[in-house]
Amino acid sequence: MWEHFAHQADIGIRAIAESLNSAFEEAALALTAIVTEPNNVAKIESVKIECSAENNELLLVNWLNSVIYEVAVRKMLFSRFEVRIENLKVSATIWGEKINQQKHSPAVEPKAVTYNQLSVKNENGKWTVQCVIDV
Amino acid sequence: MAKPELKRVSENIWQIEPFGKMKVPGVIFADSTLIKDMDEKTISQVCNVAALPGIVKASFAMPDAHMGYGFCIGGVAAFDPEAGGVISGGGVGFDIACGVRTLHTGLSEDDIAGISEKLAEALFRDIPAGLGSTGNITLSTAQLDNMLSGGAVWAVEKGFGTKEDLDFIEEGGCVKGAIPAKVSPQAKKRQREEMGTLGSGNHYLEVQKVVDIYDEQIAEGFGLKKGDCLVSIHCGSRGLGHQIGTDYLREMVSQAASFGIDLPDRELASVPVNSPLGQDYLGAMRSGINCALANRQILTELARRIFTRIFPKAQLKMLYDVSHNTAKVEEHKVDGKSKSLLIHRKGATRSFGPGSSDLPACYKALGQPVLIGGTMGTASYILAGTNESESLAFSSACHGAGRSMSRTQAAKQWQGSQIVRELAGRQIIIKSRSMRGLAEEAPDAYKNVSAVVEATANAGLAKKVAKLLPLICVKG
Repeated sequence: MWEHFAHQADIGIRAIAESLNSAFEEAALALTAIVTEPNNVAKIESVKIECSAENNELLLVNWLNSVIYEVAVRKMLFSRFEVRIENLKVSATIWGEKINQQKHSPAVEPKAVTYNQLSVKNENGKWTVQCVIDV
Repeated sequence: MAKPELKRVSENIWQIEPFGKMKVPGVIFADSTLIKDMDEKTISQVCNVAALPGIVKASFAMPDAHMGYGFCIGGVAAFDPEAGGVISGGGVGFDIACGVRTLHTGLSEDDIAGISEKLAEALFRDIPAGLGSTGNITLSTAQLDNMLSGGAVWAVEKGFGTKEDLDFIEEGGCVKGAIPAKVSPQAKKRQREEMGTLGSGNHYLEVQKVVDIYDEQIAEGFGLKKGDCLVSIHCGSRGLGHQIGTDYLREMVSQAASFGIDLPDRELASVPVNSPLGQDYLGAMRSGINCALANRQILTELARRIFTRIFPKAQLKMLYDVSHNTAKVEEHKVDGKSKSLLIHRKGATRSFGPGSSDLPACYKALGQPVLIGGTMGTASYILAGTNESESLAFSSACHGAGRSMSRTQAAKQWQGSQIVRELAGRQIIIKSRSMRGLAEEAPDAYKNVSAVVEATANAGLAKKVAKLLPLICVKG
């Protein structure tokens, strides 16, 4: 599951899942939900993403920044994410469609992932990942 | 960090004595209501900045300060490069040189009355805005590099506006020392189709009317009188700036420790100004500033074409252009000695007083126009920089209303359609592609801009010149 949490200037995203892979997938869904209703984004085109980092927290930042980059250069929104994490490396396929302002009524533009309130935790077998997105 | 104690040093100035790792005091400009409502996290962000190496005098917060990430929004800090001073990616933020440009129109409120819906429609249709929008020009890599070196000067050479416009932009429309080679290919790719786009979130193009004049002499010098219509454009460096911020913040986060910089918050990621990474970031960030200046120049030309099509007598002359998210090398007096310092302004406006060499001749005796953007339902203000502002906060002033409520809360509390109706009742036309986006930007989700401006003026950071009210607001 994912949720948004309040930040005075921007928007916080949090995802909770059984595996780190799923938590990263949910976090990306939460990112799309900042812009529009994810259920309203068709899964027509796919894009591959690979990124790595020194630790899980920086990996979350790099992963979400990679998605923001694809949104920006392809002018697409994404609603399905398949993530595989091995040795601090993300290999992912993401599905979505071109942004249609009429259909998607984008509320804001995610500019970047901040390091504010960034955390990746595994407690009682559940992964919780969170960060604040600058919009 | 323990809860800091605020000491009131004058009516509108509050000080936090250094404690813990703070090297200098924290200084917050605010009246008693603004300070009471200021979030604790905002105040701890002011203290965190005070702990960075090479900070000079104090870590400042303007009256519109609210929680950011790393620096608070409304934060100002100067660093001495010769004393190990740092440059912080978080101290500039992701929307490099996001700012406001205000234009005269040569029209009065009466000229627009009756045709305002047609004007609003045309501005909404012809100014690319919102996520997914593209500009009408696509730049090759070589052209992009020229734009990043040349800023608004480049845009004028390409036919967007006139040379006269450039006098009314900070640093003549082009920041020196930009190094486009230090901007990643990804950042450049992100910008290819985004020149001449407004962006989204709190960005806007607004048609406003002058409703009040506070200083007749300065207003006359700025060419303002009651009933005049103005256009204000609020936007920044678009995808390029966002990606420069992303790229360099990542590097600064991993390199900060190697310089012995202990970060109280990773978002404060900093490296010495005089380090290879510090210099690379300066070169890239200045390219970002030039991108924002070029972008606002192109949008100016788009607005001119729309206005003159509808009102043949319209003349959109520049009033001024200010940037809010920057780090700039400026000369300032510290303990009677002139020093070259790197001034970070994160959501704050430069506020040079009369006599500054950066001002155009016609404003030299008046001080720099300080353009304060309100919300779509409240006033905006034009202020003038003071000489006093230099000793108070390295010539800085507030930049806007400043949020008081989160977007998530605002979206729960209001509906976009209800805001549009309510503002229509006050003769304000709102155009937006997203009703949720409008709800998030609800005027009541912001601080009282008039109180912010009052505190700024009473503290001596800038002088009140004119008050503007919105007529048409095209949201990004």
